[in-house]
Amino acid sequence: MIAAILKRLLRMVVVMFGISVITFLIFFATPASDPAARIAGRNAAQETIEAVRKDFGLDRPLYVQYGLMMEKLFITRDLTSFANRGQQIVPTVMAAAPATLSLVSGAAILWMLGGILTGITAAAFRGRWPDKILMGISMMAVAMPVFWVGEMVNLVTQNRLHDTWAFSWVPALGYTPFSQDPGLWFRSMVFPWLTLAFLYIGLYGRMLRTGIIETYQEDFIRTARAKGLTGRKVLLKHATRSAIIPIVIMFGMDFGVLVGGAAVLTEVVFGINGVGRLTYQALKVLDLPMIMATVLYASFFVVVANAVVDLLCLLIDPRMRRA
Amino acid sequence: MLPETDSHALSPAAAAGEETGARRGPWKRVFQGLIASPTAMISAGLLMLIVVATLLAPVYAKHVSGTDPFRSGLSAKIKIDGKPTPVMQQSTEGLGLGVTPIGPTWGPQYMLGADGQGRDVAARMLYGGRNSLLIAGASTLICLFFAAIIGIAAGYSGGVVDGVLSNLIDMIWAFPVYLLAISLSIVMIGKSFALGPFEISSGSLIVPILIIGLVYVPYVARPIRGRVMAINQSEFIMAARGLGIRRWKILLRHILPNVSTTLIVFAPMLMALNIVTESSLSFLSVGVQPPNASWGTILQDGQTLLYSRPWVSLAPGFAIMVTVLLLNLFGDVLRDVLDPKSARGR
Repeated sequence: MIAAILKRLLRMVVVMFGISVITFLIFFATPASDPAARIAGRNAAQETIEAVRKDFGLDRPLYVQYGLMMEKLFITRDLTSFANRGQQIVPTVMAAAPATLSLVSGAAILWMLGGILTGITAAAFRGRWPDKILMGISMMAVAMPVFWVGEMVNLVTQNRLHDTWAFSWVPALGYTPFSQDPGLWFRSMVFPWLTLAFLYIGLYGRMLRTGIIETYQEDFIRTARAKGLTGRKVLLKHATRSAIIPIVIMFGMDFGVLVGGAAVLTEVVFGINGVGRLTYQALKVLDLPMIMATVLYASFFVVVANAVVDLLCLLIDPRMRRA
Repeated sequence: MLPETDSHALSPAAAAGEETGARRGPWKRVFQGLIASPTAMISAGLLMLIVVATLLAPVYAKHVSGTDPFRSGLSAKIKIDGKPTPVMQQSTEGLGLGVTPIGPTWGPQYMLGADGQGRDVAARMLYGGRNSLLIAGASTLICLFFAAIIGIAAGYSGGVVDGVLSNLIDMIWAFPVYLLAISLSIVMIGKSFALGPFEISSGSLIVPILIIGLVYVPYVARPIRGRVMAINQSEFIMAARGLGIRRWKILLRHILPNVSTTLIVFAPMLMALNIVTESSLSFLSVGVQPPNASWGTILQDGQTLLYSRPWVSLAPGFAIMVTVLLLNLFGDVLRDVLDPKSARGR
């Protein structure tokens, strides 16, 4: 057990190292472009470029450059932006993190609950109209870009209908910290959560439905039926319970995809000042140090989250300890 | 993997052989399966229609809308009900400052209205669709090609090669896809560079094609590797080995045809995923670069006009949704035809 945990933690560290090297190589070792000029930002003065070159050790070997960059990002944390002169990057990312965390954690809860509910309902009504409607909606959900769904939601809730009874409770776009006003925080997050969860509710609902239906062909289900259990008990206590394990494992992986992708777009559309919107704004002004920082911090968060999910699985499922 | 779960997963060749005494070709059976499915036929037909429509973009721009969708038309005027109307209209809200592009006319000119630069959105939709589909299709091919090479190399050689490759795949897959794509885009976009003998100009579509193609390689390579390893353990490969057939011949004759079904199953799903990825990257301004159009860039153009001219955002969104939906529907049928086990659950 301890060996398995240590092994997983070691793996996490190796992956983090690998990601930092890949990111570093992309930004610093892409041929035919001068990293100093890119870091210094658009139309930088020659002196600035020279200062950057010296500061980041760009005339020294690659591994020294890598070391210096990681030191600036994670140890001294004194990397500054050139596009927004003097802006301290690491503290800015840290200040934006709570908004992103509220967004993804709320959406994750919604998506698991919604996905499980959808999957069980669809499986229970297999082939009949509730199943068909749910699967139709989930097929649509998968086909829509998340930021477009967000825009459509805004179009409904923020435009003409905003002043009617239906959506007058929705605050203007933006983020209010939980510590400042919990009620407003919740109301401003409802639609971002729903938007972000929409895609995954469909995806997980479909997967769980297929899983349950496949489980129905297993011997232990026949046994459960043969000993006279009600259909509901077989569905909820036996089939769902066994079909849900792969969903939980997938959750760990998708959570990372969510943080690194859909959350960025959702934050942009709903004007939530999180790490994703920070990345978006940095992209607009080509603020390289900021992009590198958000990419690395977000990826590390994803890797740690994946490791935590795996460790939880180790605790829950003894079979995985042997691997 | 259990041998029992494995037997279903033989190539269509083997499966057809079992059923019909190997008289009918494997691909013919797949083809007939597709023909027999109304879902597959309707979705394939509609997809074809979309492709043809986007290919006719120049015809539409020249003979129907009569505008150049790549030149800004800020001072252009069109005739509505016989009256000349400016494309960029004086704002009627607030202080009346600024201009709003014309809304949907539902006529031949500016059918879906104009974007912030006074360009015909309907014409740009067709040109943009062409680019979106081209990027999605080309990046799908690139992704399948590299995933097949890496997956087969890892799965077939095993040992150290497998160890290195599959760890590398896992590592890249742990990297959130969009963040990887953003990082790659930001260094590749906006400047020209040489890729081997080819000079790639800035703003070339090759850049998003390569980026989108490469980021999903681990996603496909992993199952391919698993598939190759499973086939490698199966009896007919052991028999071939026992007969003393060379390794590369086993690879070409037996492994490759069996993996090809997995690759084909991935193709429509991957293309659907790539369309969404392209639109997301372009929306974040790291995909297709202006003045080139794609459904993603039109969505980006529409972002600031969302409340005043929602059709600039609505139209490309619907186009993406319908195309992706059709690809997924077709892909589902294709998977069921190629891999009958997956159909059992339905």
